[in-house]
Amino acid sequence: MVEIQDVWKSFDRGRIEVLKGVDLKVRRGETVALCGTSGCGKSTLLNVIAGLEDADRGSVRTAGRTIGSERERVDLLRHDVGFVFQLHHLMPDLTLEENCLVPVIAAGGKKAEAMARLAELAEATGISRLLKQRVRELSGGERQRGALVRSLMNEPDLLLGDEPTGALDEANRERVFAMLLDLVRAKGRTLVMATHDLDLAMRCDRVIRMRDGRIVSDAA
Amino acid sequence: MSLWSLIFTNLRRHRVRTAIGAMGIALGVATMLSVVGLLGGAVKMFERILRNDAEMVVFEKNVSDLFFSNVPVALVDELERQPFVKEAQPVLFAIVTAPDRPVVTCFGIRAEDGRLKKAEWLSGSADAFHGEDVVLGERAADFLEAKAGDEVELGQGRHKVAGVVRMENGFENGGVFMPLAACQKAFHKEGFSSVVTVALAEGHESKDVKEWIHTEHPEMTALENEEFSRSYSQFKIIKSTAWVVGGCAFLLGGLSVTNTMILSVFSRIKEIAIARVCGFSRAQVAGMIFGESLAVCAFGILGGWLLSMGGLRLLQTIPQLQGYIEPNIGWQELSGAAALAVGTSLVGALYPAWYAARLNPAQALRFE
Repeated sequence: MVEIQDVWKSFDRGRIEVLKGVDLKVRRGETVALCGTSGCGKSTLLNVIAGLEDADRGSVRTAGRTIGSERERVDLLRHDVGFVFQLHHLMPDLTLEENCLVPVIAAGGKKAEAMARLAELAEATGISRLLKQRVRELSGGERQRGALVRSLMNEPDLLLGDEPTGALDEANRERVFAMLLDLVRAKGRTLVMATHDLDLAMRCDRVIRMRDGRIVSDAA
Repeated sequence: MSLWSLIFTNLRRHRVRTAIGAMGIALGVATMLSVVGLLGGAVKMFERILRNDAEMVVFEKNVSDLFFSNVPVALVDELERQPFVKEAQPVLFAIVTAPDRPVVTCFGIRAEDGRLKKAEWLSGSADAFHGEDVVLGERAADFLEAKAGDEVELGQGRHKVAGVVRMENGFENGGVFMPLAACQKAFHKEGFSSVVTVALAEGHESKDVKEWIHTEHPEMTALENEEFSRSYSQFKIIKSTAWVVGGCAFLLGGLSVTNTMILSVFSRIKEIAIARVCGFSRAQVAGMIFGESLAVCAFGILGGWLLSMGGLRLLQTIPQLQGYIEPNIGWQELSGAAALAVGTSLVGALYPAWYAARLNPAQALRFE
């Protein structure tokens, strides 16, 4: 699902090197936790996998695609990759339902099918009764569950999470992460998630540790 | 839910900003429609002065302003002898001053001119229109504070008021009608008029007059009323001025739209980034910004149209302006203003749309 070879990435015209020759393979259906201290390159690696950042060198293949053009990047994000962030990044003045339909608008999906899928995902995450509410009326946990549903609306094979439970309290963290894992495993999806939380990381199939832009360990 | 619902939701949640953007366009549309409408109306009124039941107008070739045109009155008799002419009437245009009135339009006409016959006489009668006596339009009688039988000071002479008439046309209603001979004498144009209006005899066409004028009086030109309206340089200047003034108003409106859209983009950089992460293409992001701009523009056009109609109605109710304001806003003017507004909005949204479309989502999500 993800094949990365010798990927380098720097910012500020090469002054800040964030990824230094990263190699990574993730098989379909695997759940992978990326761990490491802040600034070690976890988020940048996720962005490179999603095509949101271009690698300076090295090769990146995600969901069978090599991202070479804007068109391929857009297709990848529309059909193959879902992304959940630490902050929900929902649009505050839209209802939860409208937020969840944003990826469907982007992909030009059919409304009836989208609504059926939304109902199913909302049921699974317990937000069915909240769909008509505006985001600003929801709690942090509810918003993050909404963000999770949004990321899965176009049925991506690969779900990327950048500290998806990092801003939640303990009870919500546990609840949202359990839902995330259930939704990923139920459909045989692949998960690559950056986290500081070793307890959550240990529940993934693999735990990869990063330090200073490099992968230093990869354990099942 | 579609892209348009996203667009309208965004506009709705920033009502004040949307209103300011729409107001910029509305003021542009209102200014343009008002200026074009007012000046267009003025041109139409002037055209009606020339027409006066005639199909053609004869004037001196290559003059830029009819006030400088000199047509020998003898031409009137010659024209009336032609089988293709039913009636020819000379009209001498002049500007005269009166106490407290620097500009009063004076029409030197013959007593048999149709415009006095058709007028509503408030006092006096057409029989008294001879010698150096004048007939005043109703508005002119008001500002000159004169009535039939009084004497009024016009230019260097004093003239007895033979009557007061109410004319539909604002220029005529605010003007002074003077017997042609007296007018020629007063303005040192003996034997000349500014134009000759020509009514065609039944079954004849304007080309007969044109050919005759071309052959017999090549220093003159004869045009149908429509041709005259299209070609008269003063009308062209007036119309061009109206569109240029209106266009300048649109420049300001365009800046307002640009400002609104830039604010709109900058205040939701993260949202745009998330839309990109959710699969929005650059074209879709740009489309969203252009869509918002067009929606603001649509509100602006509607608002501007209502504003101009209301404003012009209001002007028409002011007693001093009655008769002078005859706005002429048709589909052509409205379409022109709407097209300019749409163009302005699209140009105004160019930079914001370009900026939004080229946002790097990963960097934008780190934006504080």
